[in-house]
Amino acid sequence: MKNKILPFSVIIIFGIIFFIFYKGLEDSKIYIPDVNAKKEIPVFNTKEFFSRENVKSSSIFELNKFYLLNIWSSWCVPCRQEHSFLMNLNLENKLNIIGMNYKDNLKNAENFLKELGNPYKEIFIDLDGTIAIEWGAYGVPESFLIYNNEIIKKYIGPLNQDLVDEINLLIK
Amino acid sequence: MKFLKFFLIVIILFPLSSVNAEENDKRNKITKNLRCLICQGQSVYDSDSEFANSLKIVVDKKLQEGLSEDQIYEYFKTKYGEWILYDPGLNKNTYILWLLPILIFLIGGAIIYKSFIVKK
Repeated sequence: MKNKILPFSVIIIFGIIFFIFYKGLEDSKIYIPDVNAKKEIPVFNTKEFFSRENVKSSSIFELNKFYLLNIWSSWCVPCRQEHSFLMNLNLENKLNIIGMNYKDNLKNAENFLKELGNPYKEIFIDLDGTIAIEWGAYGVPESFLIYNNEIIKKYIGPLNQDLVDEINLLIK
Repeated sequence: MKFLKFFLIVIILFPLSSVNAEENDKRNKITKNLRCLICQGQSVYDSDSEFANSLKIVVDKKLQEGLSEDQIYEYFKTKYGEWILYDPGLNKNTYILWLLPILIFLIGGAIIYKSFIVKK
């Protein structure tokens, strides 16, 4: 009896360890943000892009309207790709596109808009990247669909035609 | 008189520097326990990416606002989820991690007890 307990428990322990490591192999080690979690939008103070005047977040986002907050930068190459999609989205009257200029040189940013057009209803500045963190963002470009001060959906990376269709469906 | 001056200067400077150092230590400790989400395998403390640099600023701001270490972790957890912490809490995804060592310790202890102490 005593001799049997030892090998038996060794087998069980190794079985458990094997199971855990095997499960660990399957897990993705890459950070995948929760894109569907509904969250309240953060409250913050910032500066308006063109006038450089102070604005409060509460004056930008109103209730009962759809907003798309787009984090962009003139140094960000994928932002150039997605810009045409933003310009197209701008044709939809239902959606207000708000820009967040992320860690940018404001001169370069203005030139970027002159060159590619300005799809944004309002733009505010995030010079040190701290407002983006308040939003739970982790890079550029990133877009948040907002309704009633709640984030409905998060789009990480540049927008494409499929995502534009999805946004159009969601705001109908 | 000279000694008195020196003494005064030391008294004035000493508490300030120690407070500063304490805050720096705290900031380093917190940023070492935050995972840089866009540079896998590095902590925010180690990384020099845009994301990590902004995060360091936010940690400084929160410390100045008087938040405790745990409150800062909680803040980042609500923004980015558990994954941002290197030291995860006990919950349904991590209970094996926490309980397995204790379990192995108990089973091992039982084996040793059975095979060596009871034998005598």
